[in-house]
Amino acid sequence: MGYPHKTHPRETAILSKHFGETEARTLDGWKKRGGYRALEQALAMTPAQIVDIVKASGLRGRGGAGFPTGMKWSFMKPGDGKPHYLCCNADESEPGTFKDREIMRWTPHALVEGCAIGAYAIGAETAYIYIRGEFTECIDWMEKAVAEAYAAGIIGNNAMGTGKRIDVHVHKGAGAYICGEETALMESLEGKRGNPRIKPPFPAVSGLFSQPTTINNVETLVAVPHILMNGPEWYKAMSLSSPKSTGSKLFSVCGNVSRPGNYEIVLGFPFKDFLYDLCGGPQPGRKFKAVIPGGASVPIQTMEEAEATMMDYEGFVAQGTMLGSGGVIIFDDQQNMPRMIARLARFFAHESCGQCTQCREGTAWTTKILERIVAGQGTFEDLDTLLELADNMTGKTICVLSDSCAAPVVSGLQKFRHEFEALITGKRSSMSTGAKLTAQSSQLSAAASTGLSV
Amino acid sequence: MSAHGTTPYTQVFTGKRKNDLDAILLRYPNKQAALLPALWIVQEVHGWVSEEGMTEVAAALGLTAAYVKGVVTFYTMYHQHPVGKYFVQICTTSPCLCAGADKVTEAFLKHTGCNELGVTSPDGKYTVIEVECLGACGFATPVQINADTVENVTADKVQQILAGLK
Ligand SMILES: Cc1cc2nc3c(=O)[nH]c(=O)nc-3n(C[C@H](O)[C@H](O)[C@H](O)COP(=O)(O)O)c2cc1C
Ligand code: SF4
Ligand code: FES
Repeated sequence: MGYPHKTHPRETAILSKHFGETEARTLDGWKKRGGYRALEQALAMTPAQIVDIVKASGLRGRGGAGFPTGMKWSFMKPGDGKPHYLCCNADESEPGTFKDREIMRWTPHALVEGCAIGAYAIGAETAYIYIRGEFTECIDWMEKAVAEAYAAGIIGNNAMGTGKRIDVHVHKGAGAYICGEETALMESLEGKRGNPRIKPPFPAVSGLFSQPTTINNVETLVAVPHILMNGPEWYKAMSLSSPKSTGSKLFSVCGNVSRPGNYEIVLGFPFKDFLYDLCGGPQPGRKFKAVIPGGASVPIQTMEEAEATMMDYEGFVAQGTMLGSGGVIIFDDQQNMPRMIARLARFFAHESCGQCTQCREGTAWTTKILERIVAGQGTFEDLDTLLELADNMTGKTICVLSDSCAAPVVSGLQKFRHEFEALITGKRSSMSTGAKLTAQSSQLSAAASTGLSV
Repeated sequence: MSAHGTTPYTQVFTGKRKNDLDAILLRYPNKQAALLPALWIVQEVHGWVSEEGMTEVAAALGLTAAYVKGVVTFYTMYHQHPVGKYFVQICTTSPCLCAGADKVTEAFLKHTGCNELGVTSPDGKYTVIEVECLGACGFATPVQINADTVENVTADKVQQILAGLK
């Protein structure tokens, strides 16, 4: 449902069906809605059977990369004598994305159930739900749900009386976007700084505590009980487009739009209808100008591209961007694109862990140059420098945060170059330039204290 | 809240809180993994994480104080100085900026008397900072005040929000 709005008739509310119902947060309320029947069913199967069902459903990771979940699970070898771990990635910090928050706030038991099934399927006795520290309400609800599930014997040493041990623990993060990157999350859980690890080894070989580990996004895990209950064919049939994109997906919508919120649709839905019908189009008197459809890390689309997009993994790629985490950020005709892009660059500069030179220096310099352009002090050379920096930041670092910073900059320069040029030549008049973006720049200039002249 | 060096440090991990930490330790295969949770407890008790707090955590988990400091400084949510009674975090990342987060920030700075980001107001009541995405972008502008998130904040609501703080 479009929480905080009512479910739109064209939505397919499966994961979000019970958003807004306070009773669904409790164990009793959840059981009344069919909760934990899928876990019971799962515990009567072998792990391999569950993995096969998830594979057959076509479910792909909802955290950003879209990796097939069943295949990821099949890399784990239950019975190899090692402790296995499941990490649930509830770090949700990608600007534009706020779907996992609503899942945990409204249906915490759905996630406990998804984690328990996932853990069992990969031969893990322990699952950790790593929740970003700012999500205090989610943490409270998740801790309550976990405690209720333990007290009812649903999880613990003898999960649902089957003699199997499944522990689920909530772990609170402490403020760092980079801890959403899978190996950084594991480092953080181990009580370290959240620096991403060099891969290989991949987590399935050596992950949390150096043991075989699978990491999945919140939304990925909560889809699994539905797949077990209704069968993989049911899930697979839920697609309006390609067999490579199956099931329903939550899209978070924010920015300059009439009805921001979460919307659950079947993959393959036309993006144009989504934007103008479900989300209510622009605010009165305004026009949409640009969309970042998959969270701040993906390329910006013009409205022409957006309106031609099918909302699935391939559809977004075909229109020059990516589905990512499903965080749809909309800018209208009153926005100054260079200013918005500069602020995104600052986000990445702030969140860079600093291990790789290209990223540490590149994100800081990109921000500095963009802010200079926004302040009306840029040059045409700056535009070339930005593209050079972006090139140097792409495909060369330990994780993709660096690439993520380059994506909105390169696409912004391609598609809205006239706005940058107008700032440089001083021709911009109708929109506020917002020269004073926001503060915090001291941290950035510390990182960018060498090299290029300012 | 004890300011560094002026009041003696009170131990955190005694009595019930020691038991809480012991229960947390059972969740992990080693003690180090309890570092973030232990630091959270220190911050809950003292309002910030002082050098003494880091030393206590280090001793409890068999780590060095220098190591603990290295971890504390990585994360933005551990306060390394005392902060105001109300710690106000305003998201100003682009999705919120395009919806007016800069005006919200200005209003908070003005009405709290802080005037500057990161500086505690003269009465010790408020510290206002800008933060990156709070994961509530559809409710722009979200403002986190201590543990609570206030959604859909606009500049004209700021005075009323401040008046409602207990
Ligand atoms: C910088 C960075 C931040 C990320 N943040 C998140 C996040 O907050 N939540 C998430 O689920 N995945 C995030 N990811 C993706 C994860 O690394 C990982 O691919 C995902 O959790 C896997 O789960 P899935 O297969 O279920 O999608 C991030 C990746 C990067 C590079
Ligand atoms: S790319 Fe950036 S965030 Fe990722 S590991 Fe390198 S420095 Fe850290
Ligand atoms: S960008 Fe402000 S909460 Fe996400």
